[in-house]
Amino acid sequence: MAEQKEKIGKQVVLPMSKAVEISVKSIKTRLGRSMITASGIILAIAFLMSIFVSDSINKTLLEKGSLKVRVQLQNVGGEEQARQIWLVVLSLLVCVVGIANAMLMSVTERYKEIGTMKCLGALDRFVIKLFLLESGFMGLFGSIVGALLGGLMMTIVSSINYGLEVFTKFPVLGFLYYFVVAVILGTVLAVIGAIYPAYTAAKMVPADAMRSEI
Amino acid sequence: MAEENVVRTRNVKKVFIMGNVSLEALKGINLEIKRGEYISIMGPSGSGKSTLFNMIGGLDKPTDGKIYIDEVDVAQLDAYELAWLRCRKIGYIFQSFNLIPVMTALENVTLPMTFAGMSTDDAIDKGVKLLTMVGLGDRVQHKPVELSGGQQQRVAVARALANDPAIVLADEPTGNLDLKTGKEIIDLLRKMNKEKEVTIISATHDLKMLDVSDRVFWIRDGKVERVERRADLDLNIGTVEGE
Repeated sequence: MAEQKEKIGKQVVLPMSKAVEISVKSIKTRLGRSMITASGIILAIAFLMSIFVSDSINKTLLEKGSLKVRVQLQNVGGEEQARQIWLVVLSLLVCVVGIANAMLMSVTERYKEIGTMKCLGALDRFVIKLFLLESGFMGLFGSIVGALLGGLMMTIVSSINYGLEVFTKFPVLGFLYYFVVAVILGTVLAVIGAIYPAYTAAKMVPADAMRSEI
Repeated sequence: MAEENVVRTRNVKKVFIMGNVSLEALKGINLEIKRGEYISIMGPSGSGKSTLFNMIGGLDKPTDGKIYIDEVDVAQLDAYELAWLRCRKIGYIFQSFNLIPVMTALENVTLPMTFAGMSTDDAIDKGVKLLTMVGLGDRVQHKPVELSGGQQQRVAVARALANDPAIVLADEPTGNLDLKTGKEIIDLLRKMNKEKEVTIISATHDLKMLDVSDRVFWIRDGKVERVERRADLDLNIGTVEGE
């Protein structure tokens, strides 16, 4: 037994930089698919951001806007807002489910690749790391695009409704704050959606890589 | 050193349980493989060949009996130690090549070195050297889809040798290749076996493979039916001309 301990080591590593490199490469190679997965995040975050921004603009205009605009805004009821929040939460949930589905498909497709990596000495947590990173990057990219898109759209809509006042009194700080919140939320949700698929991938037995059929 | 057993199995049994039925895939296998040998495992499908093969590779554990790789009992190892073993002691070659499609030839070869903790620069140097050795020095930046089957298998051979393993396990390495390319891969494996003194164990149906093997294990019904040395084999397979 003592001799065994000397002969067999435990250290197998996957540096973070290498993991990032592999997962980014994975996304780039399957760009079309990654974009479709990311588009779910883009849409959900765009919706969220548009609600954030419209809320922020409305509040600012209620305080500092001209009388005409303020009267216009008083007619927007609180009931409407509650329904919007409900819709946003739903859209985010749908987005998480979409990501989980896309990542599960990706795991099935890469059965052999994962098995091979395990034969080469990858630990379960390397596989988990790679899948979470991949999903996280798609989430980050999707939320940035989505937040910009949603923010921009809502600013335009507001300017149509309330006039150019929107631009002169634009709540820049509020916009930045909500932007960061939306991006973080989108990335975190993408990672959450990938947890189950990543776990499924990691639990795969390396012997499956040996099988010649799919 | 030359007589050291790199693989030793003692009365290895494996039972698969499927629902109410239990199937005895291996019924007590005893074999010893010495360092630097070139071994072929032959047997019809369903003979337990693949099961035995996976166990020698540390990919599966026996129901009963012991398997020693480099005199280490595989059943005693935890997940980390098994990963370490797969990373450094064993190189795998698959029938369908199994290169990681998103990586270049060089990245495929350096991946096991990364797992083993080698620095990127050292890994690249060694990877290029290995790829040159298998005759792909000018194709290091190619992706698997840009390589022919034979070239992909050469990359796989280089990858299997990445961490200077004690054993290379090859599962039907010529199964997806035409005769001439298959012969080239066999010659390459034999060359690596001689030059690097790495033990090669392959499961195969390919008679060309038997021709270079030091010993052949015939598996039937979960048992070693017979073991033949090359000198005892009466092979007349002729030569294979490519063109």
